[in-house]
Amino acid sequence: MSAHYLDISAVSIEFPTPNGSFKALDNVNLKIEQGEFISLIGHSGCGKSTVLNIVAGLHNATQGGVILQGKEVRQPGPDRAVVFQNHSLFPWLSCYDNVRLAVDKVMKGKSKAERHEWTEHNLKLVHMEHAKHKKPDEISGGMKQRIGIARALAMQPKVLLMDEPFGALDALTRAHMQDSLMEIQAELNNTVIMITHDVDEAVLLSDRIVMMTNGPAATIGEILKVDLERPRERLVLADDPTYNHYRAEVLKFLHERHAKKDVPTAKKSSAVVEVEIPTTTTAAEKHAAA
Amino acid sequence: MLNRSIHFFELTGLVWFIPIANLIAGKNPSEQIKQLVTAIGVPLIALIVFLFVWNVAAKNIETSLGNLPGPAQTWEQFQSLRDEHQAARQREADFYQRQYERNEKRVAEGKEAKEIRPYTGAPTFFDQIFTSLYTVFVGFIIATLIAIPMGIICGLNSMIYTGLNPLIQIFRPVSPLAWLPIVTMVVSAVYVSDDPLFAKSFIISALTVTLCSLWPTLINTTVGVSTIDRDLINVCRVLRLNWFTKIFKVVIPASLPMIFTGLRLSLGVGWMVLIAAEMLAQNPGLGKFVWDEFQNGSSNSLGRILVAVFVIGIIGFILDRIMLSLQKVVSHDKTQEIR
Repeated sequence: MSAHYLDISAVSIEFPTPNGSFKALDNVNLKIEQGEFISLIGHSGCGKSTVLNIVAGLHNATQGGVILQGKEVRQPGPDRAVVFQNHSLFPWLSCYDNVRLAVDKVMKGKSKAERHEWTEHNLKLVHMEHAKHKKPDEISGGMKQRIGIARALAMQPKVLLMDEPFGALDALTRAHMQDSLMEIQAELNNTVIMITHDVDEAVLLSDRIVMMTNGPAATIGEILKVDLERPRERLVLADDPTYNHYRAEVLKFLHERHAKKDVPTAKKSSAVVEVEIPTTTTAAEKHAAA
Repeated sequence: MLNRSIHFFELTGLVWFIPIANLIAGKNPSEQIKQLVTAIGVPLIALIVFLFVWNVAAKNIETSLGNLPGPAQTWEQFQSLRDEHQAARQREADFYQRQYERNEKRVAEGKEAKEIRPYTGAPTFFDQIFTSLYTVFVGFIIATLIAIPMGIICGLNSMIYTGLNPLIQIFRPVSPLAWLPIVTMVVSAVYVSDDPLFAKSFIISALTVTLCSLWPTLINTTVGVSTIDRDLINVCRVLRLNWFTKIFKVVIPASLPMIFTGLRLSLGVGWMVLIAAEMLAQNPGLGKFVWDEFQNGSSNSLGRILVAVFVIGIIGFILDRIMLSLQKVVSHDKTQEIR
């Protein structure tokens, strides 16, 4: 049994391609405690989504594995709810019914009234109770993503997995959604793994930022612990030197040490807390299908 | 009220009523009249030109049955077919009336009432329209019941699709005329009954329709199911929906627009094929009507066939419109224009 809440240990994955197998991830190790908010950041194609999909159980690791609360993850399940980048709501169901579908699945034993109440509660949590009878087509992108989050939260997951949840939104809406997410997080204290491209988003929301090297055979490059007090205010933090320091750290990782076109080099790093540092990455031009 | 009726007209494809509705509501009359003129006036001009060309051409084409009938003669034949239909209905009513009266008399005289004998007059043109519609629907429904489940299976399992695809591609372009002899022989061999529920000719026509109209629905359903957004399928996996819920709550709703596209094509093909099938199978429908008139070879025959041509065309058009409306209703993306 693992002592950690969620233990991603020595995960590698290879995908078969017509030109032989393609190693997308190599020896990914990450230990997460309950209630932690983790961001995965890296260039596109570095296998961030693959890590998330392995935790979700949508992909199976070729080597290594994921242990959640002492149990190995082998298949997808509602205890690891996923918020997809493109909201993935069922377009023929109303917002309410989209959430209700998940509620019906996870609260099988409960009465109709209880399920109804739980659906309403989650819609309220994301401030969407006013649009519950609308179809996804009739609401904005940000609202759709709110419903997607409500659906995931309604499953009461042990880990909430978010695959670039705000990537498709405009900057203002995104800021709004981040504030909402922090508010929800303060209330529920979920364990979250979120993929992002956005450095500010990562620093603002996370307890730890996991930075990934470029693919193929991507792995964790560095982990940055974000020691900023909560609740965090984006306006206050904008002038905060510690915040800007963290921001700079991430930017340096992404644009100096692992700039997109660079061939990743073998390196040893010591700047990281509590995680084994992977040692090798191979050079090739191919990228993992994210 | 106005918006609802406009929505209804849009859904049913009766777009030329939209300016009329707006006009009644008094919204920007000059713009509405302009729209009305383009929506109705232009097709009207085209129709008049067509009638004129037809009329001139008909006068100059001499057949063994006299001149090719023009619009006027065709209209005359339509009226005479309508009159024949009404006369036949009258005869039928009279026939039953006589029997009832006779029975009443017998009862009054203390005798037992005789059984009412059914009317056995020849089917009129309008009876034949309904036989044709009935046949095409039976064939179409059988095709749908086969094609949708098969399409779903093919769409979900690429291995099965790879296996069946060559067969589908081979059978899809086969003409109904090629199927008909096979279907006739098979039905004659298999469907043997002293008191058949359906006439053999009816079954043969319906099955031929099935065989030909199966493919568009099958192919479109397969494509619809296999192109469902990966993320939606992943949502099913995360929720651990069971097979049944997955099919009925996700797969079918998600591919419904494509399924209906297929159904619309299938019904069109079915209606087209039916006429040929009826001609040869001698199923009492429009196809048989055309064939009988052709064999009959009176001076009215060509006019009557032309009436049938227009009726076939108009019914096909109406069926397509109905399917189009259904297609619009089930489409998730309301902004997409479907024609």
